[in-house]
Amino acid sequence: MEESRFVRTEMLAPQAPPLGEIGWIRWLRDNLFSSWLNGALTLLAGAAVVWLAAGIGPWFANAVWNAGSLAECREILAGAEGACFAVIHDRWLQLLFGFYPDTLYWRPTLAFLLLFVALAPALFPAVPRRLLWFTAVYPGLAYLLLWGGTIWGPLVALAGVPVGVAAFLALRPALPLLAPAAGLVAPVLWWLLAAGPVAGLLAAALPWGLAPVGSAKFGGFMLSIIIGITGIAVSLPLGILLALGRKSDLFLVKTICVGFIEFIRGVPLITLLFTASLLLNYFLPPGTDFDIILRVVIMVTLFAAAYMAEVIRGGLAAIPRGQYEAADSLGLDYWKAMRLIVLPQALKVAIPGIVNTFIGLFKDTTLVVFIGLLDPIGLSTAIRANTDWNGIYWELFLFIGAMFFVFCFLMSRYSMHLERRLKTDHR
Amino acid sequence: MAEPLGDTTVDRAIDRSRMTVGSEEAIRIAAMNKWYGSFHVLRDINMTVFRGERIVVCGPSGSGKSTLIRCINRLEEHQSGRITVDGTELTSDLKNIDRVRSDVGMVFQHFNLFPHLTILENCTLAPIWVRKVPRREAEETAMHFLAKVKIPEQAQKYPGQLSGGQQQRVAIARSLCMKPKIMLFDEPTSALDPEMIKEVLDTMIALAEEGMTMLVVTHEMGFARQVANRVIFMDQGQIVEQNEPGPFFSHPQSERTKLFLSQILRDH
Repeated sequence: MEESRFVRTEMLAPQAPPLGEIGWIRWLRDNLFSSWLNGALTLLAGAAVVWLAAGIGPWFANAVWNAGSLAECREILAGAEGACFAVIHDRWLQLLFGFYPDTLYWRPTLAFLLLFVALAPALFPAVPRRLLWFTAVYPGLAYLLLWGGTIWGPLVALAGVPVGVAAFLALRPALPLLAPAAGLVAPVLWWLLAAGPVAGLLAAALPWGLAPVGSAKFGGFMLSIIIGITGIAVSLPLGILLALGRKSDLFLVKTICVGFIEFIRGVPLITLLFTASLLLNYFLPPGTDFDIILRVVIMVTLFAAAYMAEVIRGGLAAIPRGQYEAADSLGLDYWKAMRLIVLPQALKVAIPGIVNTFIGLFKDTTLVVFIGLLDPIGLSTAIRANTDWNGIYWELFLFIGAMFFVFCFLMSRYSMHLERRLKTDHR
Repeated sequence: MAEPLGDTTVDRAIDRSRMTVGSEEAIRIAAMNKWYGSFHVLRDINMTVFRGERIVVCGPSGSGKSTLIRCINRLEEHQSGRITVDGTELTSDLKNIDRVRSDVGMVFQHFNLFPHLTILENCTLAPIWVRKVPRREAEETAMHFLAKVKIPEQAQKYPGQLSGGQQQRVAIARSLCMKPKIMLFDEPTSALDPEMIKEVLDTMIALAEEGMTMLVVTHEMGFARQVANRVIFMDQGQIVEQNEPGPFFSHPQSERTKLFLSQILRDH
C-alpha cells in the first residue's frame, strides 16, 4: 500500500502558538473563566470586591491624621464617613513603649535593632558563625538596656552558662548520662542561690550601669515583644527536652515530663497568668521581689513549652526506626544520635507546628492585660479613658492588628523559607 | 540441578589469596536465648565466628536470622547466655555496647542512610563524632571508600538522589569508614531491583577478597556458594544445620534444609 511508506524530505520549522494559548488571555481562561459556572462566579466575586471596597474605601480615603481629639476629628470630617487615625499619630509612641520614660526611648529601640543582629546568625547560614557569640550575650545586653541598673546583674546571670558547662564537663567522664541534667541543674542553683549576693557585692564595689526603669513602666508592643521573643527562645529547647523526656525509657524522667505536659496543657493560660501575678507571692519567701514581667515570661514559656513538646514529639514519631538503628550501629551515644541524626530531621518535619506555636504564643501575650500589664490592648483601653479619645475603637484595633500581623507574617514567611532550604529528601 | 533463587553470577574470578580463616575468635555466642514477650525467638544459639570467616545465614522468614545478627551489635537485647564480640562481652554496660558497635559495621535491608546529610557527611559523621578523627582526614578516608564502592562522584549529593543500589553501596562505605573488624549484613539486597543486586554483591565480594570477617543474612545462594566458607540454616529460632557451601547445597542433611532448598530452587 502507498500510505504505509513515508519518508520526510524537509523538516518543519517551529511556529508560534495560536493567540489564545499564551500570555494573559490564556491565564484569564485557565484561572477565571475556565467554564460558564466559573466565569459567573468570577464576575460575582469581582462585584463583591468592588462593593466592599466602595463601602470601606471612603473611610480610609477621608481619614484624618492631624487632630487633638475625637471631637476635633468629627469637626474636620463634618459629617462625612472617615477614620480618625489622629489617635495613632498622637499616641503611637505610647502604643510602642507604654509608659517608658521618653528620654530613654533609644534603649528599647537599640535593643530591638540588636535583636536582629543576634537573630541573623541563628536564622541564616550565610551570616558568619562567629556572630553567634553576640547571640549568646544578647539576652544580658537586652536586659541591661531595657531595665537598666548595674551591669553586674546580667553578667552574673550569664555566668550561669559557664557554670552549667563546667558541671557538665566535670561529670561527663564519670556519669555520661547524668551530665546533661547536671549541666541544667547547676546554673539554676547558681541563679537561685549565688547570683544575687555576688551581683550585689560587685555592684557595691564597681557601680557601673544605666538609669534603672521599673517593670511597671513597660507596656505596648515593647512588652509583647519582650514576652513573645523570650518565650519563643526558651520554649523551643525546653520543648525539645520535654519531648525527649516523654519518649525516654527512664520511668522517672518520663513520668515527670508527661505529668508536666499534661498539667500545663490542661490548664488555661489565663489561669497560669493569674497564678503568676497573685499566687506566687504567697509561695515565695516574704521579701522576695520577683519581677512581674519575669513571672509572666516564665508562665508563658512553660505554657508554650508544653505545646512545643507535643509538636516535636509528632516530629520524632515521623522518624523511621531505621534511623535510630543506623545511628546506634555506628556507635553514636544517645545524645549524639539525637543531636546529629534524629532532631535535625524531626525538627524539620515539625517546622509548621513549631511556628504555629510561636505565632500562637506571640498573640497570647495580649492576655497579660488581664493581670494589669499594659500590652497594646491594655493601652488602647487606657487611651480611651482619656476624654480626648473616648469612644475610639476601630482605628486603635486596626493599628494593633496590623502590627501583630507584620510580626506573625514574617515568622510564617521565614518558616516557609526554612522548609525549602532544608528540603533534601527529594521526595 | 536447577539454579537457586537469585543466583546472581559474578563474571570475574574471585581472588582467594587473602580469604583466609584465622584461629582467633571474632564472635562467640554461647547458650543464647531471646524472647519477644512470651515468644521464644532465638533458642539456645551456640556459634563461634573466627577472624576472616564469611558466613551466610539463611532460612525461611521468621526463623530468627535477622534477630540473631542484630543481637551481635545489641540492636536487640538477649535474655540469657553470653555474646562476646572481639573479646568484649555484651551486657547492659553502655560503654561496652558503644565500643562493640563502633567496631562492628552493619548494613541494613533499607540502607538507613541519613537523608538530611550529603553522601560525604553520611560517611564522615561517625568517624568525626565517635572516633574523633579530624574532619580533613575523615573526608579523605570517606573518599577512599566511596571510590572503592565506585561512587566517588556522588559525594556531594543527598541519599534521596541516588538509586537503591548506589544507596546500599554508600551504606557499605559508611560502615567501612569506621574501620570495622566485623561486618554484619541484614538482607542487603532484598529491597533492590535485580539489576542493582549485582553491583551490591560485587562490592561485598570485593570486601570478602580483602579478608573482612562477614556475617551475611541473605537469600542470594549464588553469593553463598561463591564467597561463603560456611552456611548456617536457621528455622524456628534454632540453628538447624551448618556446613561448607559445597556439601550444604549438594547434600543437605536435615529434612527442613532439604525442604527449604527445594522450595527456593523450584521458585526460580
